[in-house]
Amino acid sequence: MVQIQNVAFGYDAARPVLRDVNLSIDRGSVVGIMGQSGCGKTTLLRIIAAQYLPGSGTARVLGTATSGLDRDALYRMRRRMGMLFQFGALFTDMSVYENVAFPLREHTALPEDLIHDLVMLKLEAVGLRGAAQLMPAELSGGMARRVALARSIALDPRLILYDEPFTGLDPISFGVIVRLIRELNDSLGATSIIVTHDVQEALGVVDYVYFMAAGRVIAEGTPDEIRASREPFVRQFVNGELDGPVPFHYPAPDYAAELELAEG
Amino acid sequence: MSLAQIREHARGRLERLGNAVTSHVWRLGFASRFLFYTVLHSGTALRRFRLTVAEIYFAGVLSLIIIMVSGLFVGMVLALQGYDTLQRFGASESLGVLVALSLVRELGPVVAGLLFASRAGSAITAEIGLMKATEQISAMEMMAVDPIARVVAPRFWGGVISMPLLAALFSALGIFGGYLVGVQLIGVDAGAFWSQMQAAVDLRNDILNGVIKSVVFGVAVTWIAVFEGYDAAPTAEGVSRATTRTVVTSSLAILALDFVLTALMFTGGKPA
Amino acid sequence: MNRATIDLWVGIFVVIGIGALLFLALKVGNLATFAAGETYNVQARFVNIGSLKVRAPIKSAGVVVGRVADIRFDNETYEALVSMNLDQHYQFPRDSTAKILTSGILGEQYIGLEAGGDGVMLKNGDRVRLTQSAVVLENLISQFLFNKAAEGKDEKK
Repeated sequence: MVQIQNVAFGYDAARPVLRDVNLSIDRGSVVGIMGQSGCGKTTLLRIIAAQYLPGSGTARVLGTATSGLDRDALYRMRRRMGMLFQFGALFTDMSVYENVAFPLREHTALPEDLIHDLVMLKLEAVGLRGAAQLMPAELSGGMARRVALARSIALDPRLILYDEPFTGLDPISFGVIVRLIRELNDSLGATSIIVTHDVQEALGVVDYVYFMAAGRVIAEGTPDEIRASREPFVRQFVNGELDGPVPFHYPAPDYAAELELAEG
Repeated sequence: MSLAQIREHARGRLERLGNAVTSHVWRLGFASRFLFYTVLHSGTALRRFRLTVAEIYFAGVLSLIIIMVSGLFVGMVLALQGYDTLQRFGASESLGVLVALSLVRELGPVVAGLLFASRAGSAITAEIGLMKATEQISAMEMMAVDPIARVVAPRFWGGVISMPLLAALFSALGIFGGYLVGVQLIGVDAGAFWSQMQAAVDLRNDILNGVIKSVVFGVAVTWIAVFEGYDAAPTAEGVSRATTRTVVTSSLAILALDFVLTALMFTGGKPA
Repeated sequence: MNRATIDLWVGIFVVIGIGALLFLALKVGNLATFAAGETYNVQARFVNIGSLKVRAPIKSAGVVVGRVADIRFDNETYEALVSMNLDQHYQFPRDSTAKILTSGILGEQYIGLEAGGDGVMLKNGDRVRLTQSAVVLENLISQFLFNKAAEGKDEKK
């Protein structure tokens, strides 16, 4: 479904964000990509979504390489994908119903009553059928994200991408989203990729994990393998340790010297 | 400062000036390509006219009050000031001519354009900029909908259609205001007011040229507004700076274009 | 703000906008001059056209009967060649006079057409033979001074 081979990328030539990334994702699985902020995981997601092209190497998504596509081919590919943005990215001037109906109206010529049924179906799947007439401003963060999820599955995508779906949610909404990701993946027969740094919760829902640091994949495996890993960075990350490969202190000159105690 | 230091300082300043100029030129090129792309992909905006109608509402209808009230007041002031000067030459009956020509040729398109830029232009920039900052534009791209065709083009055409109508309303209400003050308040003869005006204002030379000006201003202001919004940095500060840039750049563009158009249209003509 | 209301307001906006344009075109502007009916072209030569401009009106008995179409300089006779478009409805005798007059004291200049008595009318492409040039202020002043000086000399004698 998704194959990343030797991909390197940088927003500007001087600072590479990704260096030689390799990963492979099978159909039907829920895969997590984890790491610290700034390790390049969101960039990798964008490359999978073909928003950016790899500087070198190939990214194959849904069977085609992202590099050679023209606009129409790109849009055809995107119609088979769904993406959930970090804060939902709902269209603020439309109601919940209109938001979910948007991809249906833009890409299909279905009559209004059929669209109505489909929208209700999707909203029911995320539990928000009753909120159909609300405006995004009236929704809580968790609800907004669920509506965005309903919107991203409106066209029954084969691949669903999640950009930090758990950020800033209360425990209840959290649990809801976690369950929805798994349920939707299985019921749609789709593949899901989750970019997150919520380790414990993600490990509970994914089938496979890729760990990234400094633009590279440094560890991978099933959740059990990861939990049992001896790799220092993974251990620090999974256990939330204060100090390890990722140092606690930002590089600074000698402390005593700074305090001018080493005087005289 | 030593001579070497002064030289370094000056070179630094010059480099920055050069950079600023080249970056502005580059940005203008980028903006031009953006406009070209927008016009090329206007199919959706014109086929699904509902979208453009909604934008005409937001740009035009919501500007009605400020345009009409300003027009009325400008016309009234023109009549007051104009009368004061004209009656010194015994030409107070030409008040209608003064008010009408000033408005139709210059003040209508220019002032309405400036008001449009600050009200509608900044609103368009803020809206598009915020959509960008909250990733709505990215979301649209991810849903395989071209955001320029869906979001930018309707706003562009909405602005271009609204502007000439607003300028005409401004001029019409200004003339009416001039009539109110000149004839009703001051006492200039109504017949002379209208008849001299009709004799002096030419449909092709004055009114049509004024309409052409307002169309040109509409394109310029709306182009700047949608571009700045689309190009804004996706932060609160970025959007705020973009709206400021819209108002400032549009206003300067209107005044500069006004000079160019006036020079082309109203002076010279065929030499005797 | 639902669709119906938006449509209504946009409709109102467009209607009053076009209404304003029509108001300007009809009540404020000079629609008559735009109604370009059929015209026929007539030429005239002037020694001096003063400040006559293209599109200046051609009036007879004070009524606008045409417009100046073109003004050229004849390098052989060193005279001004004025091309005039006259309204088809108005016919003038072949011996009519074209004079350059000023509206008011300091107003813009126009061509005054005075009808002659000939039975044959001007046709398209004809030339008006009798013309009177514009009054040039400087010549007038110098003539006045010259006359004054001559009077003075006479008196001294």
